[in-house]
Amino acid sequence: MRMSGKFVAACAVLGVIGGCGQQQTATPSASPADYEKTLRMQLETAKSGDVITIPEGTFPMTRSLVLSASGVTIKGAGMDKSVLSFKGQIAGAEGLLVNASNFIIEDVAIEDTKGDALKVNDGSNIVIRRVRTEWTGGPSTQNGAYGIYPVMTQNTLVEGSVAIGASDAGIYVGQSQNVVIRSSRAEFNVAGIEIENTIGADVHDNVATNNTGGILVFNMPDLKQPGHNTRLFNNQVVGNNTKNFGAEGSAVASVPAGSGVVVNSNDNVEIFDNTIGGNNTANVLISSYFSVTYSGERKLADTFDPYPEGIFIYGNTFSKGGGAPDRPALQTLRQAMFGADGNLPDIVWDGIVNNDKFVEGRLPTALSICVDNGAADIVNVDNANKNANPKIDTAAHRCQLEKLPAVVLPESSATS
Amino acid sequence: MIRALSIAIPIAGLFALLGACGGAPRSVQHFAASAYPAHLSDWGVIGVADDRLALSAGFLPYDLNTPLFSDYAHKLRAVWLPTGTHASFSADGVFDFPVGTIISKTFYYPRASAPEGALLRNEDSSGDFSGEGLDLRKVRLIETRLLVRQESGWDALAYVWDAAQQDATLEVAGDIKPLDLVSADGTVHPLNYVVPTRNECANCHATDHASGKIHPIGLAARHLNKTYEHYADGAAPQLQRWAERGYLDHSETVATANALWRAGADDDIESRARSYLDVNCGHCHNPRGAADTSGLFLNAGETSARRLGVCKPPIAAGRGTGGRHVSVMPGRPDESILIYRVGDTDPGIMMPELGRSTVHEEGVALLRRWVESLPGVCA
Repeated sequence: MRMSGKFVAACAVLGVIGGCGQQQTATPSASPADYEKTLRMQLETAKSGDVITIPEGTFPMTRSLVLSASGVTIKGAGMDKSVLSFKGQIAGAEGLLVNASNFIIEDVAIEDTKGDALKVNDGSNIVIRRVRTEWTGGPSTQNGAYGIYPVMTQNTLVEGSVAIGASDAGIYVGQSQNVVIRSSRAEFNVAGIEIENTIGADVHDNVATNNTGGILVFNMPDLKQPGHNTRLFNNQVVGNNTKNFGAEGSAVASVPAGSGVVVNSNDNVEIFDNTIGGNNTANVLISSYFSVTYSGERKLADTFDPYPEGIFIYGNTFSKGGGAPDRPALQTLRQAMFGADGNLPDIVWDGIVNNDKFVEGRLPTALSICVDNGAADIVNVDNANKNANPKIDTAAHRCQLEKLPAVVLPESSATS
Repeated sequence: MIRALSIAIPIAGLFALLGACGGAPRSVQHFAASAYPAHLSDWGVIGVADDRLALSAGFLPYDLNTPLFSDYAHKLRAVWLPTGTHASFSADGVFDFPVGTIISKTFYYPRASAPEGALLRNEDSSGDFSGEGLDLRKVRLIETRLLVRQESGWDALAYVWDAAQQDATLEVAGDIKPLDLVSADGTVHPLNYVVPTRNECANCHATDHASGKIHPIGLAARHLNKTYEHYADGAAPQLQRWAERGYLDHSETVATANALWRAGADDDIESRARSYLDVNCGHCHNPRGAADTSGLFLNAGETSARRLGVCKPPIAAGRGTGGRHVSVMPGRPDESILIYRVGDTDPGIMMPELGRSTVHEEGVALLRRWVESLPGVCA
């Protein structure tokens, strides 16, 4: 028998126990049209320990879902079976907004939200497993900004997930600490996977393809926490050549199409054992905040460090990239240095360094960009001087940095 | 100077009017969080009789220098404190209220003469009143929200009024009400009025986002420091009336006051705009709010131009940038993301994210004038 919405409401509100057990399960016979209210009531009245089950089916949602209770698990029947469709959304800036800790979401898809698909704001111990976020109409500036979007979180695991079509970043972790993103796929987003102002992130065994930029490690000014310590390894970052469809003015709108890995203004980034190829601007781009055309903004907050420092690249398998950079200056430079059919080296660097930190005429190794990756070269494109004196700079960058520690998540998060 | 007041014990509850469900207000009732009633009438907060919405005895109506914009809804706000208790005054923040406090906010619209069922889109509430209550021949009630102070903190509840305007029903999961609003020039503006869910209430009222705790927003000296026009005995300064009533432990003779946002007010554009931003944006855009992720702080206490958005690039605005590069470009509202977002109604773009589905044209006009007035250029 199906409980009426009213009964469910009264039950939860009045705290009547009979019939309202701790374990909330979806009503099997829920018709798609009625299910929105059922699910919303479960989320609104959720208590720690609840497992909210989303049945198989495609369920239209008209407004954001919000969860505020910690200790709740949302579990669907599969990322292609349990679909929350926000195509008809008329209110709310997200699909699902979670203001809570000890949160697990598994085996669900969130589609076509007006804003972000899944936002987790300010929580600890977050697990996002086998979740798909997608804008089903393909790349469009009108798509929502972020797919999977934990921000200001601690201990976050994203695994086995899929993000498609975000007009900013498919999987975006911002201003967080202790993050693992693994075994996930990001495709046809402006930024596939983006780590921003985050301390301690391991991004591994993911596939980033057909994005404008594959994997980004950024620091932005004006925030409480500058990011550092990110490891990118065992990822496939291939063929990220989708035309940039980000909204002008957003940080990712400045990412050239054809960017594999992009490090901007961030420190202590280790890039190793990845397969990176076919990214037409550059397989790896390393730049300071100055090189990104956040137009109208060149003056920096006093406390912001705009330089990428302590970048270590080794053991990656590169295949041809940099053959058709999405910036006229880089295209001109490519032709001048490498010929009409030539390619930029695998690692392209803006060449802007912080002279204030020089010791005996050069940056200390710990602050350097170290490349110890076989035949892979790094080119300094001399952005500070409008590309006047670009040069292959591999010899000067042949060094090694101390390897970063692995991110360790609490037991409860790490086990699948 | 601070003066203690120990007069005027609230007499709420003494005039318990008897009435059936949906009738005139009865005495104020309290409920445990696990047993909130399904009908607003059970609270005895307000009641309907003789085409009139009446506040229960002891409820003190109030309004704010600059209110939150809510799709042109008019609001009747009132507060009730248990007998013999008082709130603690704060010069900067929200007053600290005792357990048992109930704050009610009733959202309603004045009725239009035509078309049938349409409501007026205006911000003039002077004709709405009948005594301290509302004249239901002139207005249509939409929802009444309660903030209830329990031992564990504040709870937020939204009750939606029935079509007959007799009682309101608790909607934990919120509601969407299609309305037609008619502006002065006769234009009909269809509107999806959104009643917030319980968790959505916290999106604004958890002003310290990490704590998740709900707090009142408007009940601070800077918002309340004004004259209220509709007391039963006429107009009087609010804070003074609160003190006389015994609702405040003391009253500062000089408290800060936010500016009136409205055009025609004496205050300068800067003060009016900051007042508007404070109440419409500052609950999230403050250093502890849900929007601290943005680094954009619009609360009254913010002093840094950069943190107020001047020449500041967005962090995670996505398509909310509208193709613009900084939150506030001095002198150039059409190049300011802030102006773009307050002027849009797409849920993925608009700010505030909740609580409106129309554009507050007069509010946007004020903010445009503010941006136009700002000197300098972004280096």
